[in-house]
Amino acid sequence: MSFFKKLKEKITGTNESVTEKFKEGLAKTRDQFTSKINDLVAQFREVDEEFFEELEDLLLQADVGFETVMELIDELRLEVQRKNIKNTDGIQSVISEKLVEIYQAGDEGTAELNIQENELSVILMVGVNGVGKTTTIGKLAARFQAEGKTVMLAAGDTFRAGAIDQLVVWGERAGVEVIRQSEGSDPAAVMYDAIRAAKNRKVDILICDTAGRLQNKVNLMNELEKVHRVIDREIPGAPHEVLLALDATTGQNALVQAETFKEATNVTGIVLTKLDGTAKGGIVLAIRNKLNIPVKFVGLGEGIDDLQPFDPEKYVYGLFAEGLELEEQQEDK
Amino acid sequence: MAFEGLAERLQGTLQKIRGKGKVNEADVKEMMREVRFALIEADVNLKVVRSFVKTVSEKAVGQDVLKSLTPGQQVVKIVQDELTNLMGGEQAPIQFARKSPTVIMMVGLQGAGKTTTTGKLATLLRKSHNKKPLLVAADVYRPAAIEQLETLGKQLTIPVFQRGTDISPVEIVRQALEEAAEQHHDVVMIDTAGRLHVDEALMQELKDIQELAKPDEVFLVVDAMTGQDAVNVAKNFNETVGITGVVLTKLDGDTRGGAALSIRSVTEKPIKFIGVGERMDALEPFHPERMASRILGMGDVMSLIEKAQANVDEEKAKEMEEKFRTQTFTLDDFLDQLQQVKKMGPLDELLKMMPGANKIKGLENAQVDEKQMGRVEAVIQSMTPTERATPEIINANRRKRIAKGSGTSIQEVNRLLKQFNDMKKMVKQMSNMQQKGNKKMRMPGLDSFFK
Repeated sequence: MSFFKKLKEKITGTNESVTEKFKEGLAKTRDQFTSKINDLVAQFREVDEEFFEELEDLLLQADVGFETVMELIDELRLEVQRKNIKNTDGIQSVISEKLVEIYQAGDEGTAELNIQENELSVILMVGVNGVGKTTTIGKLAARFQAEGKTVMLAAGDTFRAGAIDQLVVWGERAGVEVIRQSEGSDPAAVMYDAIRAAKNRKVDILICDTAGRLQNKVNLMNELEKVHRVIDREIPGAPHEVLLALDATTGQNALVQAETFKEATNVTGIVLTKLDGTAKGGIVLAIRNKLNIPVKFVGLGEGIDDLQPFDPEKYVYGLFAEGLELEEQQEDK
Repeated sequence: MAFEGLAERLQGTLQKIRGKGKVNEADVKEMMREVRFALIEADVNLKVVRSFVKTVSEKAVGQDVLKSLTPGQQVVKIVQDELTNLMGGEQAPIQFARKSPTVIMMVGLQGAGKTTTTGKLATLLRKSHNKKPLLVAADVYRPAAIEQLETLGKQLTIPVFQRGTDISPVEIVRQALEEAAEQHHDVVMIDTAGRLHVDEALMQELKDIQELAKPDEVFLVVDAMTGQDAVNVAKNFNETVGITGVVLTKLDGDTRGGAALSIRSVTEKPIKFIGVGERMDALEPFHPERMASRILGMGDVMSLIEKAQANVDEEKAKEMEEKFRTQTFTLDDFLDQLQQVKKMGPLDELLKMMPGANKIKGLENAQVDEKQMGRVEAVIQSMTPTERATPEIINANRRKRIAKGSGTSIQEVNRLLKQFNDMKKMVKQMSNMQQKGNKKMRMPGLDSFFK
């Protein structure tokens, strides 16, 4: 069975509308990327050095990053040799297969959140400035509410002007309580309050916002470590998830971000935001490859339900959909 | 995970060809590969990289690189010059309208930093150009965007015009312009909502605002960390609203900022300002040559020097120079120097600006120990004025007292005294060497105190 068929089976087994949303959100990205892949395939009849060079360029332009691209291309070369692929007709599925493979690196189901049964789960949201932490929290809250969980939010960004108000608006939209203090107060104290309140009201999930900070600001990273520590002290083992919000338009610096935030707060997953633009967010492949941090959600728009669990197969499917469909049609004939 | 700068990258290639004396065209090609890698790792768009490398290699082959005994340096220089050139030789000032008010429109993607930049730019215009700005809250979409601008306005005591979120941004701007005329504001700054460059409805809205307000400046605000997509963003915004300049934000991070080059080459519009911190005064004019060094990972000496100049008291520096020369330098003066260095900001950030600092292994993790600095301060502060002026009198008893008073150990006190002595000796040698003395001589050997 071809890779595409396996993929399609997997996807049709799941919620069709989710797939649609994914395709829709990624449409812009995909249009650009796949039309390029299609061009590439049409342009080159043979899989030769030139073809690989073009492919390399394509991946670099998706922000995948140099080292990971090199690794991928090397593996593709081997695969092409092994399968004795001479022309470009069958190459697309091999490419996406490899991409998914690099991403999965052995373990599957990494998009699952670590949510405790009948106990308070704490999610800490971290990231640099302007990546969409607060918006993501709003969407996450709505999502959990829809699943029947009770949710509370902690307004831990006490620094940026208007950040608390922003979270409060999202709280109202999702219909969840927001624990807040005044602007300029100690974020660790906000967390302390929020955990107390969450325990008292027996909520299922507490999501903590933090101020955006550039990863090279030592003092701010120390502050974040402290926030993490305070949460851990109040509930051993918490936060159960530390989600790093990452802007899909970010280039190679995203790798440094992931590494530094991981050191400070033991990041457990990534939320790749703003994927509805033309940026591809290819750096998540490198992050997964080097730091083994999985992507858990992707942000595909400004609506409250525009947050979707990440599925590497769908992600790659989204990137390659057109090309793959063409290929299948040919296969069916 | 510091990326190697161009110089280090070339080093590897050069080692291979060293011993040849001179390089041939193939070697230049190899070096150009490294240039390409370095630029891609700095997030310069691939297409931009390609045409750049073409230009540079032509220059390199045509010029003296082949004859040069230091081909690596020569290549680095050509690359650096070309980068500086491309990013716009001169600084571009703000265009003010002949007839008030000057209208400035801020546009960009979500989270680029438009609102923060609006606040910073207003501060700058008021301070350096004596303007009376009115800020217009035209972001009716993002929750609490208006509150954010209002909070900034309050902090800065700059008026903010808002009409809530139930009204179209175009109408808000229309009313704001009326208000500005009535209140005699000479600058109107429109903070528009962040939007995707492919969102046709919202891009049309920008166009409508632009047609109504006829802005003198349209600034595209771009996150310095932006990757390959920067060209698409810049191109679309430029085609839709015709930007007049670019503000590059979050450059206080550790990104290389190759987006600057990408944006510049697709829009051919000048980068006018850079955002370098969260404080409202952290907006600086753009310097192409510094940006070039940064993209190549070669440190930012100019910014370092400026930082030093801004924080070092000219008078004090002269005084210090005199003391160096006359050998009357005391521990008190030393303390003074210490505090001046501290004023310049976190030491590790300063270190990162230094060229070659990223080459030093382990520096990435090795925090400069600011605590250690505090301990040195404590030791000196626990001495009596006489002791500080004439450290020779510090005997065992005094050492014990100083250690106790500063909460350190006798060993630490000893170490400080010894290093102070060494330094004095060194200063003596140096001032003998250059009798005339150099202006603004910095304390030599200061770093050895914090290792």
